[in-house]
Amino acid sequence: MTAEAYPVLEEPKTFFLAPLSKPAPGSAGKTGTWRTHKPVVNLEKCTGCLLCWLYCPENTVIKLENGKVAIDYEYCKGCGICATSCPFDAIEMVPEV
Amino acid sequence: MVVKTLTGNYAVAYAVKLARVQVVSAYPITPQTTIVEKLSEMIEKGEMNARMIRVESEHSALAAVFGAASAGARAFTATASHGLLYMHEVVWWAAGARVPLVMAVVARAIGPPWNIHVDHQDIFDQRDSGWIIAFAQENQEVLDLTLQAFRISEDPRVYLPMMVGLEGFILSHTMAPVDIPDQELVDSWLPPRRQPYVISPDTMYSMGNIAPDEDHYMMRYSMAAAMEAAKQVIDEVDKEYGEVFGRSYGGLIECYKCDGAEYYVVITGSWAGDAKKAVDSLREKGVPVGLVRVRFIRPWPRERLLEALSGAKGVIVFDRAVSMGSVGPLFADVAQTLYPLGISMKGVIAGLTGVDVKPGVFEEAIAGFIKEAEEGPVFVPSEWLLPRKYRGKYPSIPREVIAR
Amino acid sequence: MTVNLKKLPDHKYVMPGNAACPGCPETMGMRYLKMAYGDNFVMVIPAGCSSVIQGIWPKNGINAPVLNIVFAAAASAASGMKAAFDMLGKKDVQVVVWAGDGGTGDIGFQALSGAAERDEDIVYICVDNEAYMNTGIQRSSLTPYGAWTTTTWTGKKEHKKNIPLIMIAHGAKYVATATVGYPTDFIEKLQRAAKIRGFKYIHLLAPCPVGWRFDPAKTGEIGQLAVKTGLFPLFEYAEGKFQLSPLSRRYKDPAKRVPITEYLKLQGRFRHLLNKPEEIKKIEEYIDSVWYMIDVLEKAFNPQAEAQKLLRTL
Repeated sequence: MTAEAYPVLEEPKTFFLAPLSKPAPGSAGKTGTWRTHKPVVNLEKCTGCLLCWLYCPENTVIKLENGKVAIDYEYCKGCGICATSCPFDAIEMVPEV
Repeated sequence: MVVKTLTGNYAVAYAVKLARVQVVSAYPITPQTTIVEKLSEMIEKGEMNARMIRVESEHSALAAVFGAASAGARAFTATASHGLLYMHEVVWWAAGARVPLVMAVVARAIGPPWNIHVDHQDIFDQRDSGWIIAFAQENQEVLDLTLQAFRISEDPRVYLPMMVGLEGFILSHTMAPVDIPDQELVDSWLPPRRQPYVISPDTMYSMGNIAPDEDHYMMRYSMAAAMEAAKQVIDEVDKEYGEVFGRSYGGLIECYKCDGAEYYVVITGSWAGDAKKAVDSLREKGVPVGLVRVRFIRPWPRERLLEALSGAKGVIVFDRAVSMGSVGPLFADVAQTLYPLGISMKGVIAGLTGVDVKPGVFEEAIAGFIKEAEEGPVFVPSEWLLPRKYRGKYPSIPREVIAR
Repeated sequence: MTVNLKKLPDHKYVMPGNAACPGCPETMGMRYLKMAYGDNFVMVIPAGCSSVIQGIWPKNGINAPVLNIVFAAAASAASGMKAAFDMLGKKDVQVVVWAGDGGTGDIGFQALSGAAERDEDIVYICVDNEAYMNTGIQRSSLTPYGAWTTTTWTGKKEHKKNIPLIMIAHGAKYVATATVGYPTDFIEKLQRAAKIRGFKYIHLLAPCPVGWRFDPAKTGEIGQLAVKTGLFPLFEYAEGKFQLSPLSRRYKDPAKRVPITEYLKLQGRFRHLLNKPEEIKKIEEYIDSVWYMIDVLEKAFNPQAEAQKLLRTL
């Protein structure tokens, strides 16, 4: 073995369970159920400036091919930052029913 | 191969160099300091290709080598006493993460008052953490055990970090001739570092976020499984090491004059050397006594001990540490192991805080136990062997004698 | 260097469905981190909100490799990782510490100081939400004067510890302040930091809706107000040169600053002092002292200044 040698990643040979995780959506479940208000995008007002996409803490504002945006309601927690950050009032927070 | 006269600490440093460790980090503490001084020198002189991180504390030292090992480097640190206690939290973290890692622990008493002399309290304090924990008796064994530690820790059946214990000053600062094996031979014997995962952009693994309680339980269970498997690995590695380098030590335990023995001493660490002298002397007097030196306190060598002690009439255990309010930790494990044998047992607390225990003192204690046991079954969980100048001047702590 | 939002791919910069509270500034910040560093970085995270935000094993809500580590050891573990990547020939991997204000200024401070002094080649980001939010809003040394926390019921009596200044005094190669209120400023700072070898420190102000008691829709807005009121000047100190960030330059003039009450009144943690002019005055005086220090730093750390000597007096 020389220094600069990479370690060999070898599978453990006994029952092995380690606190190892990998990135995946929903690590806290379907967080869309946390919402009390949901953001609704008015595509007519949306100019595609992407500020909502930039500010969204959850990565639940999705860029559309037409340059505008949509919301991933499965996980959106309804914080409302997208609505606050929109300079064109194109996002409205609507109470969940 | 070259023979040099080395302190135990330098023996550690040479082994670390031979193992081609890539990242070293440590914080000075007596009596460990000369290990990292030597490693610094080797690295700065270009004799060893590694990075040295000169951290601001032991907590950081173990965290740094843990970080390095998680990223894929063979890594090493060393400490003692309060340094080890200060690391304690990271000790557990490293074991739970299942990252192979080696640390030398130069056993030293814990204050207050300040005391740099040897006892085993510091290393026994880490007993439950999930590290493989071993103790050497002599400087040569220190080097050999440190090399073996990388093999054991990085074995895919194990994947647990390992501590190599050596006694402060008794080994760390005492010179003795040590065979230093050739680099080529070590390279042929010690494979490239193996580990179960790395934290790196290549793998996208993360380590340590919250897990459900049931899964966390199973992670602990998996550590226990690895500890069980480690018993075989340790014996194998030591045997194989003997075939390649010409020295082996018995693996988990060393039996000394066990043939024909009826009574046994159980002990760990370098003071076993003095206890062996007492055994020699008693043997000369015709007393059928042998000695088992526990080389690995974790994993606990239950099966090997039961096998070695199955014919014993009585066992006396010397602890250089104590669980305050209970018994010596070595005794506790010996007693739970030998419970099915129903034989006489005594635990002796001695040599704490650097108090020297001479062969004559061992002999007296061993002979006394044998005399008691010959009169009838005896079970004394902890008897404090007071330093000579205090002996007889203080009332003994009422000792629990359970006759069966 | 500017950030073009339209060119940034629609990537999962954090994983949706993580365990952060709604309106969390930390996941905002993590997204900007990944926008800046792409796929070639690892994160070291000590105990704190960010350890919880990751959600439940075996999933992880952070879209980057994370080494979670005990509270006081983030900077040290990161130092070790960087050393390993260097030894393994992966010198281009950025090692990023992502620690809260407690993990940075309190329990993790010793390790931080050690790493800064050793000039470790890592990026240390303090995500400052101004209290121990993860354990339920207890005061930290970075909680500002007057703020209510669950351990300062009548408001904290001491001012905030100035970590960026302490990092400059350590001789860090790069020190900057940023806020999630101005993402592109933060991203650009991350990108500039990446080009510098040595210890980099970025102090990210992270307004926390839960702990600061405000509407979660206002996380970004409050971050911006911290800058506009002059309370939290954005600056950059790189290899001996100090400069105010463009976003903060106009607020050097006190007349242009938004009144501090505009910032305070949005936050429940300051509610008890809104009708106490003497308390407001203390905060205003604090802002003056912050700008006095900015002035000193500008004079000390510019290429013309013979006053580089001032460094030694800091």
